[in-house]
Amino acid sequence: MLHEQELKTFVEGTTNFFEVTAQQPASIGSPYLMEGSPSVHEYTGVINISGKREGAVYFTAPKAMLTVLLMKMQENDFSHETMRDLVGEVANMISGNVRRDFGRDFVISVPSVLSGEKPQIRYKPGMRSFIIPINWRSHSAKLIVALT
Amino acid sequence: MSGMRNRNAKALNGNAKRCFKLMIVDDSNLMRRRIERSQQFEGLQLVGTAGNGLDALELFKRTDPDVVTMDITMPRMDGIECIGQLVALKPAVRILVISALADKATAVEAMERGANGFLEKPFTDRQLNEAIAELMR
Repeated sequence: MLHEQELKTFVEGTTNFFEVTAQQPASIGSPYLMEGSPSVHEYTGVINISGKREGAVYFTAPKAMLTVLLMKMQENDFSHETMRDLVGEVANMISGNVRRDFGRDFVISVPSVLSGEKPQIRYKPGMRSFIIPINWRSHSAKLIVALT
Repeated sequence: MSGMRNRNAKALNGNAKRCFKLMIVDDSNLMRRRIERSQQFEGLQLVGTAGNGLDALELFKRTDPDVVTMDITMPRMDGIECIGQLVALKPAVRILVISALADKATAVEAMERGANGFLEKPFTDRQLNEAIAELMR
């Protein structure tokens, strides 16, 4: 069972990135639980977590959203590599928040990135994921928290 | 923003108008470009960028920068290890850590190795320039 403070830490790591970097806050949609492997967008930043909890946290976003975010950052390179860098950085921010709030209770991996037409996330049978929609301008991304 | 530029220019003028050499170290191309674009010091000249600690060491030996922005989590050699090695090569180098790892232990470790400032990601242009100004004093 996830604690409210844990979810808050993951969500704030994400929304803070939008607010500071793009100077436009993101809003949170209604969270929901799902069983099975959740679908992801074209680009996904991943942090694996072990220690007090086991599993992973994913930030997954469509290319269109990342393109606008890059424009807001005054970036003019919209290549595949830059998109990967961007979701990796968001995952990095979540990781920083987790380290700050939970210290060594959580062992966090270096962020990695999934991308492509239909990337799949690793799914452990029986594991439920908490999905938090992240809405920004007219776009929607997802924060997926899959922890035991 | 022009006010910020003036303040920053003054900070550099206080250092006898010399040109300072800047090196940016971060494993993200995106972040390296963002730091390069956002820093607005007229007297700060970018001499190179590196994506990990080992490449940063090599670049440092070739270009002898005065100011370094340093990420912490990087492949091959992390920022903490790299800071120690840079300071051993040039004790006067000024290093600003720019990292998402905002916990106290990381900041203390970086400072103990010789870093002079710590800026948490994500950051605004203004925060970056203020952190660099503080470093240059």
